[in-house]
Amino acid sequence: MGFLADFVHTAFGTAVDVLPIAVILVVFQALVLKRRVPNLGRILSGFVAVLLGLTLFLIGLEQALFPIGETMARQLAAPETTGAAANPGDATQVDWRDYLLVYAFAAAIGFATTIAEPPLIAVALKAEEASGGLIGSWGLRIAVAVGVAVGVSLGAFRIVTGTPLSWYIIAAYVVVIVQTFRSSRSIVPLAYDSGGVTTSTVTVPVVAALGLGLAANVPGRNPLVDGFGLIAFASVFPIMSVLGYSMATSWLNRFRRARRLRGETT
Amino acid sequence: MKGPVLALSRRLFGAARDLAPIIVVIAFFQIVVLQQPFPNLGSVVVGLVCVVLGLTLFIQGLETGLFPLGEALAHAFARKGSVTALLAFGFCLGFGTTIAEPALIAIAAEAADVASEAGALADNDAARESYAFNLRIVVALAVGTAIALGVLRILKGWPIHVPIIGGYLLVTVMTAFAPDEIVGVAYDSGGVATSTITVPLVTALGVGLAASINGRNAMVDGFGLIAFACLSPMIFVLGYGMVV
Repeated sequence: MGFLADFVHTAFGTAVDVLPIAVILVVFQALVLKRRVPNLGRILSGFVAVLLGLTLFLIGLEQALFPIGETMARQLAAPETTGAAANPGDATQVDWRDYLLVYAFAAAIGFATTIAEPPLIAVALKAEEASGGLIGSWGLRIAVAVGVAVGVSLGAFRIVTGTPLSWYIIAAYVVVIVQTFRSSRSIVPLAYDSGGVTTSTVTVPVVAALGLGLAANVPGRNPLVDGFGLIAFASVFPIMSVLGYSMATSWLNRFRRARRLRGETT
Repeated sequence: MKGPVLALSRRLFGAARDLAPIIVVIAFFQIVVLQQPFPNLGSVVVGLVCVVLGLTLFIQGLETGLFPLGEALAHAFARKGSVTALLAFGFCLGFGTTIAEPALIAIAAEAADVASEAGALADNDAARESYAFNLRIVVALAVGTAIALGVLRILKGWPIHVPIIGGYLLVTVMTAFAPDEIVGVAYDSGGVATSTITVPLVTALGVGLAASINGRNAMVDGFGLIAFACLSPMIFVLGYGMVV
């Protein structure tokens, strides 16, 4: 019974999320475009599949992953695990090296949740289609996930050391700007987009729990002020990793081509 | 009958593969690092089955529902040729999907707590609620504006890096002047403004528009709407923090 109640509750929540979209679509379709959507039945069945799918997905996450993930994030940040309890003499002195496990967990969970992130899957499928298969959806998702892993891990380091958020984010922007001018025009929009889709249904709850858990456990941090910001890290670093991935593959291709040309002339 | 069954089992396998990393990471940290058993393993397994089924259905629905709908809309608007109607649609889509976004509601409520703790706000529920509500309106306006501008960019074929880098520079400058307690909230609001259903729809719309307009390239011009939708809330929220 509990499952059924959960299902109805979550399905209702998802339907409420979709309601504004549905209203806007119907209004514009009826008043502005004034034409029938082709394959309406098929599209509606697709909508129902998306709603059902998201509902099951959220219920499953709530039941299987979020509780463990959140508890885990808190436990890993707790002084008993980090080894910060070993030198309790000076509570205001935080040694960032006590938290190596937390950085490892942040990177691993950032990578893993990003791979399963539904909006990223959607963008990656669309990118593969629009690029005619030149950009593989799997390669793009791994590049993005690596970016999130580095970002969340660095974000955890920032919370531990208590350095200002803006330094990191502004430095990251500078790197992105430099990369933008060195990258191919056709990858830049996709790279910018992949920054925004990483932080969604799966990643945010676990990563936010990690941020709040850390800020609550590290001496001298205030969860209300220092707990924020991990999401921002998780949205800037994928831009960097996708641009970096595309730069690396184009260098590699150029290098291979050059070597092949040399091989032919000799 | 063999075709659909094969396709379905391939999708199920794909969804299971997408989830494998999470399961490995959580199992590793739970068993090896924290050295604790899994609490109620049975419900975890049931939950995982739901997640795999849900992801499979979601991807199925993307391809039969959300993607074709986004493309159909893009073609219909391109054929109609009214820029105003298209921009209005973009704004409504951005505003409408953001205002009810659960992640945004949560962030706005937390932000109100932060502001009231910092003393920028009267310490009562009414003040916090109105602050959180205003914040949601600000972010929804930001996303609506962003989608409309992003659509205009696709129509005109403007390069994306100019507005995006300009926007980042603006964020950098505003960060220096905005009150400290709003900065973290502003940066996070950029990431939460795009929901699971909006992203596929908006992406298909952008790529479809670029594909149906002569001289536009799906890769160069079609992507970027999400990027606009992530950047503009930062600017709007920082601005809101400076004004209030």
